Formats: sequence, C-alpha cells, structure tokens
Amino acid sequence: MANPNVAKLADRAMDAVMAIIERPLNLLESFIGRKRMPYLFLMPNLVLFGIFTFLPIGIAVGYAFTGGTDLLISDRPFVGFENFSKLLECGSYLEPGSCRESLFWIAIWNTLWFVAFNVVATLLVALITALILNRAIAARGFFRAMFFYPVLLSPVVIGLIWKWFLDRNGLLNAFFQMIGVPPEIFLLDVGWSRFFVVVVSVWFHMGFYTLILLAGLQAIPKDLYEAAAIDAASPRRVLLRITLPLLGPNLLVVLILLMIRSVQIFDEAWVLTNGGGPGTANTFVVQYIYQMAFGGDLRLFGLASAASVLMGVVLLALTLVQLRLGKKMES
Amino acid sequence: MAGNLNAIGFLTRTRRPGRVGLTDILSWVWLIGGTFAVLVPVVWAAMSSLKPEAEITRFPPSLLPRTAVQIEVQGYERPLSLWNVTTDGETREMAMVRRVGIKAQMVDPANPGPPVSVDTKDISPVQQLTIATENFTDPLTKFNFFTFLKNSVFVTTVATILTLIVNAMAAFALSKYKFRGDKAIFVLIISTLMIPLTVVMVPAYLVVVGVGLVDSLWGVIIPTVATPTGVFLLRQYMLTIPDELIEAARVDAASEFRIFWRIILPLTAPALAVLAIFSVLWRWNDFLWPLIVLSSRENFTLQVGLNAFQGEFSVQWHYILAMTFLSLAPVTLVFLFLQRYITTGIAGTGMK
Amino acid sequence: MGSLKLAKLNKAFGAVHVLHDIDLDIEDGEFVVFVGPSGCGKSTLLRVIAGLEDVTTGSIAINERDVSALSPAERKIAMVFQSYALYPHMSVRKNLAFGLENLRFKRAEIESRINEAARMLAIEPYLDRKPRQLSGGQRQRVAIGRAIVREPDIFLFDEPLSNLDAALRVQTRAEITRLHKSIKTTMIYVTHDQVEAMTMADKIVVLRDGRIEQVGTPLDLFDNPRNLFVAGFLGSPRMNMLKGKVAAIGEDAVMIDAGYGVSLPCFVDPATVTVGQDVIAGVRPSHFVVAEDHGLPFEVQYFESLGTETFVYGHLQDQKDTIILHQAGHFAPQPGSIIKIMPVRERVNVFDPVTELALPRLDKLGRG
Repeated sequence: MANPNVAKLADRAMDAVMAIIERPLNLLESFIGRKRMPYLFLMPNLVLFGIFTFLPIGIAVGYAFTGGTDLLISDRPFVGFENFSKLLECGSYLEPGSCRESLFWIAIWNTLWFVAFNVVATLLVALITALILNRAIAARGFFRAMFFYPVLLSPVVIGLIWKWFLDRNGLLNAFFQMIGVPPEIFLLDVGWSRFFVVVVSVWFHMGFYTLILLAGLQAIPKDLYEAAAIDAASPRRVLLRITLPLLGPNLLVVLILLMIRSVQIFDEAWVLTNGGGPGTANTFVVQYIYQMAFGGDLRLFGLASAASVLMGVVLLALTLVQLRLGKKMES
Repeated sequence: MAGNLNAIGFLTRTRRPGRVGLTDILSWVWLIGGTFAVLVPVVWAAMSSLKPEAEITRFPPSLLPRTAVQIEVQGYERPLSLWNVTTDGETREMAMVRRVGIKAQMVDPANPGPPVSVDTKDISPVQQLTIATENFTDPLTKFNFFTFLKNSVFVTTVATILTLIVNAMAAFALSKYKFRGDKAIFVLIISTLMIPLTVVMVPAYLVVVGVGLVDSLWGVIIPTVATPTGVFLLRQYMLTIPDELIEAARVDAASEFRIFWRIILPLTAPALAVLAIFSVLWRWNDFLWPLIVLSSRENFTLQVGLNAFQGEFSVQWHYILAMTFLSLAPVTLVFLFLQRYITTGIAGTGMK
Repeated sequence: MGSLKLAKLNKAFGAVHVLHDIDLDIEDGEFVVFVGPSGCGKSTLLRVIAGLEDVTTGSIAINERDVSALSPAERKIAMVFQSYALYPHMSVRKNLAFGLENLRFKRAEIESRINEAARMLAIEPYLDRKPRQLSGGQRQRVAIGRAIVREPDIFLFDEPLSNLDAALRVQTRAEITRLHKSIKTTMIYVTHDQVEAMTMADKIVVLRDGRIEQVGTPLDLFDNPRNLFVAGFLGSPRMNMLKGKVAAIGEDAVMIDAGYGVSLPCFVDPATVTVGQDVIAGVRPSHFVVAEDHGLPFEVQYFESLGTETFVYGHLQDQKDTIILHQAGHFAPQPGSIIKIMPVRERVNVFDPVTELALPRLDKLGRG
C-alpha cells in the first residue's frame, strides 16, 4: 500500500488543505482555548446527528399524533390517538381483513412469517457454513470470500438479478424444463414468491453472519478439541457438547441481530416482487410505511409516523435484549 | 497428515490416514454447491447482458451470447439470416427468405435460385458469438443512465470524503481528549445505532424538506455523513495512538488542528481506509433513502434510476441487465482487490 | 500395564523433520521426564505418543500393543495440558465425567471414580464450580483429576507447571510426585526446567534438535554425561569447561595439562587417549576446592552470597571464559584477588572437543 507517488500526492493535498483551513481554525482556537477544541471537533458530527437523527425521532412521535396531508407540523391538525387506534383496531388480530387498516395487519403477518423463516434459514445456513469453514481446509479464504460477495451488492441489483433468474424465460425455468418439470411464473405465485423472497434474503446476507459465527468458532481454544479427542468424544459429541455450547452466546447475539434486520425487510423484496406482489402477498411493514407516506398521493404522514413508532418500539425492545446479551457475553 | 486442526476432522482420519471421511465429502459438496449458488445468478445475468435484444428472451435460453448470422444474397435487398437446413440426411447452410407457419422459404446463398420450401423443424439458426455492446451504450446515451452514473459517483465520492473528515474529527475529540460529557456524548452517538433508517425515514424526509434539501443530491449526502459505526471504528483505532505523540507536538507549539491533520490522520490511515471502503459500498448501494429524497429523474442515483427504469416500459431486460452489471462492476473490483480489508474490518467492529 | 516402546520413530511436518530415529523403552510405573531446550521436539514427541499427531515412520507400542494407527482415546492414555484445557462451560464434575460418559461407563462407576479422584486431589469443595471460578493451582488439579478418572495406562504431562508461580510450582511438583507414588502408573512428563527433571524423574530423556542425547537416571546423567550438551544442560550453575591437553598417561589415571603448570588427574581409560591430545575438562562449580598452594589461578570478579552457600564468578588468569565456583556457607573473597582452585579428582569429566563425546572412563562413578 506504500506507493511513494500516492503518498507524495496525498502529502501535497494535505498541505494544501492545511494552508486554507489552518488560519481561521487557529484563530478560533486562540479564542476558545485549547481545552474547548474537542467541542469544536465534535460539532459537525453532533450537528448532523442532531438535525438528521434526533430531530426526526422527536418529531416522529409528534407527527404520529397529527393528521392531514400537509408537510409542516404547524399546518397539521392534532388528532390525538386516532392514528394509533386506526392501526390497532381489529375485529380479530389473526384476521387482517377484520382490521380497520387491513393493509397494516397484512403487512405485519407477512413480516412475522418472513422473520420466522428468514431467521431460521439464515442461521442454519450461516452456522453450517461457519462450521465447515472452521475445519481449516485449503482455499478456506476463497470460499469465505465467495459466500461474502453478495453482501457487497446493492439490493436493487440483487432484486433484478434474481428477477431475471426466475423469469418465465429464465435460467431456473430452463433447468426445470430440462428435467421435465413444467415452467412456472414464480413471482406471480403467492407461495413461490414468498419462498424466493426468503431465498434471496438468505443469499444476500448469509455471508455476513457466517463471518461473525466463524470468528466465534475460532475463538474456541484448539486444545479443548485435543482434550476431547483424548476423552474419546465422537465428532457428534464434540459438536453438541463443546462447540455449540461455547458458541452459544455468539449464536444468540446473531439471532437477535438477524431478527432486528429481518423486521426491516424492504429493498430487495420490493424490487424482486414489483412492489409487494402478487397482490399484497409480499407487502411488509416498511413498505406499508413507505406507501402511506410516499406512495402515490397519499401523503399520510401521520399514519406512517404512527406505524413507524410502533415498529420502532418493537425494534428498540429487540435491541435492548441484544445489548443485555452482549454484556453477558463480555463477562 | 497433520493439516486438520479440528477434532472432527482428525477423528475421522485416524483410522486409516488418507481415507476421506463422509463429513469431508459433505463439506466439499456444501462449499462447492454454495459457490455455484452465489455465482450462477450473477454470472448468468452478466452473460445475458451481452445478448442482443432479439436473443435475450428466447426460451430455452442459450448459454453464450449469440446472434443470428446474416448474409448478403444476390437479388435480395436486405441481408438474410443464415440457417442450417437438414434435407435427406444432409445439412447445408441456406438463407431464409421468409417463414410462413411451419414452412420456410430458403435459398442457397452461393447460387440464389428460386426459393425452396422446407419444414421449419428441419432448420436451425447459424449463430455467431457476439457481444451486444449497444446494451451498454444505449442506456448511457439515449436514456438517462449516464446522468444516473454521474450522480452516483458524485454522491459516493463527496459523501465518503465528508464522512471521513467529520467522523475522524469526532473520533479524535472522543479518543484523545477528556472533557465534560465525553462519555455521555459517546454513548449518545453509539445509541443512534439503535434507531435504523426505517423507523425515522418519514420524519427524516420532512426534516430534509424543511432544510430545503429535498430532491437534491445534497439531501442524499448530508444526512448520511455522521455515522456511529464510523465514529466507533475510528475512535477504537485512535485510542491505540500513543498520547506522547500529541503531547510532544503540543510542546512543539503545534495547534490542535495541525495535530489532528498532520499527525493523527496519517497515523489513522488503515482505519480510514476501512471506513472509506465501507462508505463507498454503503453510498453506492443506497436505495431506500435516495428513493425517498429524490423525485426528479435527473437527480436519480444509479440504484434509484435502475429501479425506475425497470418499472417503466415493457421490461427491456437487455438494457436493465447491462446497467445492473455496470452498477455491479466497481463493487466487484473493490471486492477482488480489497476483500481482505473488508472482512477483517467487519470482524474487527463485530456487529456493534 | 503401562510400558512404552518407541522404535525408530520419525516425525516430519511437511518438509520439516522434527523427530529423528527415536528409540526409547519405558517400563511400567516409571516416571519419565522429557527435557531439553525450546524447540528440541519434546512436546512433539509427547503429542505423537498421545496420538494427537501422526507418526511419519516408526512405531509406538503400549503394553506390547502397536498403537501407531490408533486414536488417542483408543491408546488408553490421559493427558494434562499446559493450559489445562478444561471445558469452560462445564462444572468441574462434568469436566471429570465427560471422558467416562463418552466411553459409556455406568453412572455409578463414574460417580465413584470422580469422588475418588476428588478426594485424592482435595478438590471436593469445587466439584460444582466452573473453571473460571477456580485459581490456577485448583484448575491444575482438576486437569490432573480428569486424567486420573480415566485410569489410563500412561499419564502424559505437557509442561503442566509453567503457568504457575514459583511457590505453587514447588508445591505442585511434590504433589505430582506423591501422586505417582500412590497410583504407581507410568507417567511421562515434559518440561524445559532441569530442576523439575532432576527432582521428579525416575528416568530422564534429554532431547536436542529432535534426537535423544542421553537416557538415564538423574544422578547418572549428572555424574556421567555422555556429551558436552548433556553435561552443560543439567546442573545449575553450568559445568565449567576448561581447555587442556593430555599430559601424561599412567596405568589407571591420566593427567590433563590445564595450563599454569597445573595438571588435573582424571579417570579416563588410558588406552583411549594419546599424549598431546586436545581435551575439554568439565568440572562442576561445586566440585572445585580452594587449594592452599598448588592450583589453577582463579581471578575473582564478584560473588553472590545466599547465606547457606556462595557462588563466586571469575575467570582463570588471562583467560576470558567465566568460571563459577560454588562454596558452602559464606565465602567472601576479595574481587580482583587470585585464589588457587583444584577439582576433586573423580569429578573431572573429560570430553573430546571435536566429537563432543565424553571419553570413556575406567570405572563409572558409582554411588554407594
């Protein structure tokens, strides 16, 4: 990485910036004193956080209690808990059709099913892959990189690639036809589309979780395995009584992380299913929020904010659980 | 051989050294299968993107991008497509004049006489390998993809530079200074990790409208610059820089900014490199946030433009796949050369 | 029971040849110590015996049974690791039970063995604790306990004391020796510390660069080292090496001219040397006496007095090599002064400077 020409160029660039910025900043420093400089350094960061993270959190709750379609909160009528009651009022929670905001509850149930299947599938695939990669085979680095590659892609790219793969005239159907099975239009079938949304999500993210689990596996001291060998432990017993229990805390944290991410499924699913289709089979909660606020001319910012708040509460709970588990792992 | 460090591995081998255990076989099947599962959709999309429009929707699809060979035949105005015709067990190349139902009119290109009628089931097209570069050039010139590309490059570059500077300054303050509230501020910053974009996207949009950055690239860039992961990563690294360096510089009458710019930043280069790679990946691949912020076509980034394009006309896969591939390319290059840094960077920060 | 025979054992890791033609016989019940400098292959040899590493060529037989191709569990051995390797997520009781459960022992048998081992090692109060709640010494004993409950034919110890502090080390050393006397099983113990080797072993195996230098009882190796390496390795402080020439050969003694007009008598077989031959005379620090009149001139540099004994450091006049004297009690010679020293005759070990081998003696030094 130490290319002398690049280093020289970087050096000159640094000098140039220095020349411009140094004077005013040193002036500032002489005003506020060295001890206050850290505040100066922190300021841009805090200002940006303040405006674009904390302020939104603040007004999110505020907007949830307003109605109408105007942007400015001052123009919006106060409606109390109406948005929340709209969202939460249901004949039976198990029957989205009986709810006032049936789309919201369809989205919730879709999301719940997705979280369940995605978490289990991703965890299994990542765990098996991590266990295999832990066996110190040659080319381990190659396979690790291979499985990690999809993580680097954009959700749009992934949605489009898989859409093409699953196309009526695509490769999967070509393969089906080769083995004598009639071709399917996967993305227009409720069952198949849901199946592939999970498949694509696993394909997308499993490399990331595999890396984390692999790091956890490699933290297990090798001489424990040697002691187990002397203790006549069969491979199955080593896996069940030594490897997995010692990986346990790590697994748990990954599980929660997976859940948190799965609840927020949107990008690749939206692109893959052309906006949540077929019908509303793959409409998830984030898409609901997006649609209420930005879809068409709805501009139901209040309703969308209320739904965001509800989702935020769930995610906050999960995150707190994760933090607690993380602390337990440290000890 | 003493290459297996895992008990499972060497327990299965001690009986007869050299014998391959069942676990070994299954492991290799899994790994190779997984590699195929990763590569096949991507490579397939890449190869399809090289196919001309006419060929791309043929079913069953051909593996390599091909197009029909055309040939000039005397007596015919336009070039005719070349076909392999099988009659009476013999196969020869003939040009097709027209096709009606299950019969095709063919002529011998060398000796164009009256057309011969042949069953369509006896003919197959002669094809040559071809690369439909127009799939790439058309969207860039005729549709707005060049604009999309420019926008993405702009957003990614500017956002990365700003991210590095802003977060490095904050990390410097939080790692090398003791001041009132330093712990509280750090916890505050890290706590924002708990609030994902999906929860604040609506009010964040409203804020962006409020500050007048809606539907502009700056509206995409600015909110993403301050990242808690960035602060955490850089701070962890800066903590390992010895304080004596800073004290010595102060004794040498260096201003705080000079210390930051000329001592801390260069020494933090490895961590900055990791953050830069992350930032480039995040900003290039960003979808949801630009989708929300941008509404005018000429401001779309590559990802948003790609999504809009595929929704619009009847699906023009040859263009979509080509542009998808274009958007893939920089990331893949970064990956090929720098994947070591990425994977160690992730292992380093854990998932905090 | 627990006999071990290694025949022409070779071990290579790829292209690196680590153990060369090891031949070794260990009898049932012996406490054998593998000792040598870092990188000599002692740990590798232990691991090969355990079955944690393959044999490249050669064979290993335990109780006359060829175990070269068997897994560690099948060899009926147990090992105490340097880092103890206790399962951190299991209680002490479960740690002890794990191996027996794998071998499908009955619950009652497992319980009784655990209780017996716990009693023997005084770890009963910790049976339900986890390893991280125990001190280093306690973990050490649990690790030994895990080996004991298996009732193996051979115990293997891989530098078990190196993670303990000095006082604990001495205490644990005694405990291990006591354990050996009580259960009388063959024990193979690897260490780099020659004090441990000297004090604990029935038989010492000195290794260097993957080869056995000498095998014998501690005192045997101390008194009759086979070569310069063994002579210098065992015994602290090191044996002093003096350069000399064979001066005169008598019927039952040989005189070595060590310079300064001083000749050292020694018991080398006269038939094996010629006058004028270069030799190295090795004399341990405690085998020099301060002579009144005739002796080697020793210039004192400094001394260390420990109350019960004194170590004097210096060199022979006009020479550079450091010579160390050991005297009982308190001895305070003047730094810079010259004192005359002579070795005890039976204690001069003579070596050939080229082959580094000890020259054969007329009679091996015996101890009554």
